[in-house]
Amino acid sequence: MSVPEVKEKWSGGVTAVTLGATKAEGGTRGSTVTIGGQTGIPFLNFDGETPHPPAIALDVLDKEPAGWPPPLADVYGDVWSDPAAWAARVKQLGADLVNLRLVSTHPDEGDRSADEAVATVKAVLEAVDLPLIIWGCDVPAKDQVVMPKVAEAAQGENCLLGAVIEDEYRTLTAAAQAYGHKLIALSPCDINKSKQVNILISDMGYPLQDIVVYPSTASLGYGMEYIYSILERGRLAALSGDRLMAQPVFLDVGYESWRAKEARSGDEMADTWGPAAERGPAWEAVTATDLLQGGADLLAMRHPKAMEAVRMAVGQLLGE
Amino acid sequence: MALTGLEIYKQLPKTNCKDCGFPTCLAFAMKMAAGQVPLDKCPHVTAEGKAALESASRPPIQVVRIGTDANEIKVGNETQLYRHEEKFYRPAAVAVRVSDTLDEAALAERAKAIGQLVFERVGTRIKVNLVAVDNASGDAARFELAAKLAAEKSGLACVLMSASAANLARAAAALSGQRPLLYLTDPTDPTEAEAAAAVAKDNQCPLAVAADGLEALAELTPKLAAAGVEELVLDPGTRTLKETLEALTRIRRLALKGFRPVGYPAIALTTADDPTMQAVEASTFIVKYAGVVVTDAIEPWQILPILTTRQDIYVDPQKPVAVEPKLNAVGEVNEQSPLLVTTNFSLSYYSVEGEVEASRVPAYILSVDTEGTSVLTAWASDKFNAETITQAMKKSGIEERVAHRKVMIPGFVAVLSAGVEDESGWSVLIGPKEASGIPSYLKNQWQA
Repeated sequence: MSVPEVKEKWSGGVTAVTLGATKAEGGTRGSTVTIGGQTGIPFLNFDGETPHPPAIALDVLDKEPAGWPPPLADVYGDVWSDPAAWAARVKQLGADLVNLRLVSTHPDEGDRSADEAVATVKAVLEAVDLPLIIWGCDVPAKDQVVMPKVAEAAQGENCLLGAVIEDEYRTLTAAAQAYGHKLIALSPCDINKSKQVNILISDMGYPLQDIVVYPSTASLGYGMEYIYSILERGRLAALSGDRLMAQPVFLDVGYESWRAKEARSGDEMADTWGPAAERGPAWEAVTATDLLQGGADLLAMRHPKAMEAVRMAVGQLLGE
Repeated sequence: MALTGLEIYKQLPKTNCKDCGFPTCLAFAMKMAAGQVPLDKCPHVTAEGKAALESASRPPIQVVRIGTDANEIKVGNETQLYRHEEKFYRPAAVAVRVSDTLDEAALAERAKAIGQLVFERVGTRIKVNLVAVDNASGDAARFELAAKLAAEKSGLACVLMSASAANLARAAAALSGQRPLLYLTDPTDPTEAEAAAAVAKDNQCPLAVAADGLEALAELTPKLAAAGVEELVLDPGTRTLKETLEALTRIRRLALKGFRPVGYPAIALTTADDPTMQAVEASTFIVKYAGVVVTDAIEPWQILPILTTRQDIYVDPQKPVAVEPKLNAVGEVNEQSPLLVTTNFSLSYYSVEGEVEASRVPAYILSVDTEGTSVLTAWASDKFNAETITQAMKKSGIEERVAHRKVMIPGFVAVLSAGVEDESGWSVLIGPKEASGIPSYLKNQWQA
C-alpha cells in the first residue's frame, strides 16, 4: 500500500555559524567548526538537511576544579592545575572545541585579574589549535572588566564569547564586535526573552547570524523535559521562518548532568545504581542525546566516554 | 479523532424511537460523543452506520493493553507530535530481553534481575515493565519453557518474540490468561503474520508484527484487523538508530493525520552492542514516539537513565512539577547551618539545592507547599507568604535542629521579610534573587 508523504513544508532554517579562524582567515586555529544550518526536525533525512553535525566542546577550567567526582578526576586530575595542559588533553581526547571557563576571576574563586585571565587565554591558544568558547565568571561587574581584555587578546581567532543577558549585554557585545568574535546570548528557559535579547544585541549593530543562543540547560531527571520543550518550540519557530529564533543552540550538558546525584555519587551507590565509572558518563550521554532530539547544535561536555557515545549516536543518526 | 455529536447523529436512524433510553437520536448522539454511552445501545443502527462510526471513533493511535491486573500496561492513544502542545499520555513500556538459548539457571537469574529493575525517583517508583522472551533457539519447547520461567521469575508481563506463529502459539498457551504481547519478528512472510493473528485472537493477546518497511506494514495491518485482532503493535523492520527514528516519526505523523493502517503504537529495538549506546538508543526511541522499547540493557546504570528519560518526557507540561514539601538537609549539617526557604516547585527547589551543594556549605532547605508553583507565582497567589512560611518552619522541626534563629528567603520576595519576622520571631535574611547567587551569599554574608 502506498503511504502518504509526511514531510513538513518548512519555510525557514537554523543559521549556520562558523567558529575559529585559520591562518588564512586571520587567526591561528588549525581548523574551524561550523554549527547549525538545519532545515528540518533534527536528524530526519526526509524532513530536511543537516549540513553540520552538532559539535562538542569539552570543558577546561582555569583552576583546579572543586568537587569533580572520581570518573572525571581520573581523566583530568593530572592536568587540571594547568589550563594549557588541560586544553591539550581535551584536544587529544578528540573535542571539536575547547570550552574555557575563567572561573578563577570570580571574587570568591581567587579573584584573578584581567591580565591573568589574558595570560591563561593566550596559553590555551598557544597549546591547542582548536576553536575556543570563552566564559567569564558570571559576575557581571567582573566580567565587564575581564572579558573585553580577553576578547582583545584573542583578536582574529573568531572565538565564541559567553554570555550576554538581557540586563548586561552592552560591554560583551561591543567587545565581540570590536575584536571579531561570536556571541552567546543567554535567556534561561524563556523563548520571548531570547528574542528580546537578540533584538537588543542586533540593535547595537551586531549581526543576528553571529549569535548562538543558550536557553540554559537542565539534566536528565532535573527538568530536562522543560529545556527539551523550549528547544523544540524554538526549532519549530526557526523552521517556520522566525529569524529571531533561527540561531543555533548551545547547551551546557556536562556541568548540569554531573550535578545530578545519579551521575556524581560514588560507588557507595553501586548496589542500587551500578558503578560510578559507567553511570556518570551514561547519565551525561543520555542527557545530551535526549536534548539533541529537541534541537541543539553545540554541547559543552565533560567525560570523553559520554562524548564518544554522543558522537557515535550522531554519526549513526546522520547515516555516516 | 473524537467525533462530534452531529457527526454521530448523521449515522443514526434518526427515528427518535427511544429504544436506547434517550428521548431523541440527537440526545443519544450527544451522550455518545461525550463517551457516556456505547453505540450498541442503539438496536437499529445500520451495518454501514456502525462501520463508519467504529472506524471514525477509534482514536488515531489504538490503545494496546499488555499484561493483566497489577502488571497491565497500556500504550497508545497518543494525540500529539510535540509534548508542549498538550502532553504525551501513556509512557512507553520498557522491555528487557532474555534469550531462550540461555540455560535454565541463567535464564531464571536474568529474569529475576529484570523483575528487580525498580527505582525510586522524586517520590515516584519507576520500573521496567516487561520481560521480552526471545525465541532465538527457534525451538518451540525451549521457547515455551523459557516463557514460563521468565514470567514466573520476573513477576512481569511478557513480550513473546518469535519468527514462528506456531512457536508463539505454544508459548501463548503456556501463559494463558496473562495477556503477553505476541511479537512476530520475521518481516518476510505475510502469511505467517496472518497465522500469528489467529493465535493472538484465540489467546486474546495483543500482537506486534514486523514488516519490511511502512508500506508493507500498511498492507498487512488491515488484514490482521479484519482477522479480528484490534490491538496491534507496529515494527517497521528497521534495525538502525537512524531508520528506526525516522520510521517512528513517520508512523506518528501518519497516524495523527488519520492514516488508519498505521494507527497503532510502535515497537522499537535497541541493536547496539555497546552498553552506553543501548541506553542512548532506548532513550532516543522513548523521546521520539516509541510505544514499546525492547533492549538488552539490564544493568541499573543503563536502565536508570532510560526510565528517567521516560519519566521526564511524559511529564504533563501544563502541570507544575512539585517536590515533597519538607525540610531537606544538604551536606553535613549542624546546629549552626543556615536555613534557606523556597517553594516546592521542582525547578525552584532543585536550583536552590544544586547551588547549595555547589557552595559546599552544609545547609537546610525548607520547601514550602506552594502547590508546585514557583517563588513569584506562589507569592502572587498568596501561597508563599509569612503565614505559610512560618507554618512550614514550625511543622518541619527546624527549631530543634539549629541553634540560631535566622531564615533566608528568596530575594524576589524581600517584601515578605517583616511579615515572616513578626509571625515566626526569627530574623529574616534576604537572599539573592537568583539561585546562582547562593554560593557567594553563603560564603560571604551568612553568619549563624
